[in-house]
Amino acid sequence: MAIVQDRSQRAGAIGRYAALGLGALLFLIPFYLLVRNALMRDLDLTAPDWYWLPPHWQWSNLQGVFDDPAVPMGRALLNSVAISVVQTVGVLVLSGLAGYGLARIPYRHANAVFYTITATLLIPAAVTFVPSFVLVSSLGWISTLRGLIVPGLFQALATFLFRQFFLSFPKEIEEAAQIDGLSYWGVFWRVVVPNSGGFVAAIGTITFIGSWNAFLWPLVIGRDPDSWTVQIALSTYLTAQKVDLAQLFMAALVAILPLLVMFLFLQRWIVEGVERTGIAGD
Amino acid sequence: MPIIWSAYLSFFSAYNTVTPTEFVGLGNYLDMVRDPAFRSSLGTFVVFAIFIVPTTFALSLGTALLVARTRVMQSFFRSVFFLPVACSYVVAALIWKMSIFSGVRFGLANTILGWLGRDTVPFLSVTHPPWYWLVIVTARLWLQIGFYMILFLAALQRISPTLYEAAAIDGARGWQVFRWITLPMLRPTSTAVTLLLLINAFQAFDEFFNILSTFGTYPPYARPPLVYLYYTALGQGQDFGHGSAGAVILTLIIAIVAVVQGRLTGIGRAAD
Repeated sequence: MAIVQDRSQRAGAIGRYAALGLGALLFLIPFYLLVRNALMRDLDLTAPDWYWLPPHWQWSNLQGVFDDPAVPMGRALLNSVAISVVQTVGVLVLSGLAGYGLARIPYRHANAVFYTITATLLIPAAVTFVPSFVLVSSLGWISTLRGLIVPGLFQALATFLFRQFFLSFPKEIEEAAQIDGLSYWGVFWRVVVPNSGGFVAAIGTITFIGSWNAFLWPLVIGRDPDSWTVQIALSTYLTAQKVDLAQLFMAALVAILPLLVMFLFLQRWIVEGVERTGIAGD
Repeated sequence: MPIIWSAYLSFFSAYNTVTPTEFVGLGNYLDMVRDPAFRSSLGTFVVFAIFIVPTTFALSLGTALLVARTRVMQSFFRSVFFLPVACSYVVAALIWKMSIFSGVRFGLANTILGWLGRDTVPFLSVTHPPWYWLVIVTARLWLQIGFYMILFLAALQRISPTLYEAAAIDGARGWQVFRWITLPMLRPTSTAVTLLLLINAFQAFDEFFNILSTFGTYPPYARPPLVYLYYTALGQGQDFGHGSAGAVILTLIIAIVAVVQGRLTGIGRAAD
């Protein structure tokens, strides 16, 4: 009996690893293709023969990405960095403060404000892109960084999550600080924030990824090539009449490199961010 | 705020302008409901959701179960499945369209078909059979499975081991344990994941836009709601009146789904 069970357990383990191995292989193929194609010559890439590795390593594709006059990739990278950094900091500061206020400061309309925020939280921003576009265009913010950044500065979901998190923050510590003469503002910055590093990192990384990968809003607002983000520049490339494929893949590699580096070092926080944002209120 | 303005605009005829003068009442709404293109965009969403929601659910739960039971190399597998979360839909669309499912011979899928002695398949340029669904669904699966796998993994770890021990003492094995312990304990997560998948499918835009459009034109088929809305409101006509009416209708649909979600999962209760 024991031997039979042992054997079937081992068979199960082998099956499990085989399934996972196959899955992992399938999941890595797109990354492999991305890197392989990025370092090939266009003529090898479109050749009828299949090459597992580039027959000629074309490192100059990297230079080519930034030299293309039709698609200002350098500018697009700068735009994406600026937008993602400002939005991440903005969301952390604004939603953090709002969440703290909602969790700790008793004032008359606190509940009404909170329910308004949770109500908008349930409606995804993408669905309201037409009215948002109308609003932003009437402010004259089309093709400006302001138009790209400002609507994403405040996030109902992040506010909600911050509120839930601060509700569970040990109140005694804050009260001790207040007795020592700190205001709400002082308590927030000197006591609460320094002790919420992990949570801030989780929300921050997930906001950054969302902001870097955003497509619909930058597409709607970024009419002018100077205001393109990396994603829009790539998309323009992708639908262009004629394109150097290898260079296109190099551009894509450049576009995901910052996030891959982030993944290497911050995966723990990204996972926590996914867990927290995926199931709000769990 | 944008929603209120949208509701206001939706009662006017507003071409190329955001300060309309001609009041048309519910005309825009009637036009939208009568418009076969709008109705077919909702149909496209339904078809897409029928494909993507159960498949993503099953595969991410399956992956989570496998990863959770693995000891050696667990973090390696978890990272590999999670890695695509860092990729944007644009990058995935690019790899899928230009490399894997490229209609010509150098694409990976067609290269493999070639090794098997089959003809090349034009994945993206025919509608019969609609191969483009394969391209779109697999791209989204690759991007999303890791995200939901993480949610399922977190939920699996919260199940108390004593439950499994009790089940083992009662003689429950493999499938029985899954059916009577794991699945019921995962219910809150499963409900949340299903509704998240549904709402995300409803908002599908990026991969449709990038995979299917060529040289700046988009085929008349396979337009999910947001793609339809994009071309109505921001295409040639800049028809903000109809676009706003469409946005209001979609917002209402989402709101109904969200209320049902609130009832089912108790987000409102958790907030109190």
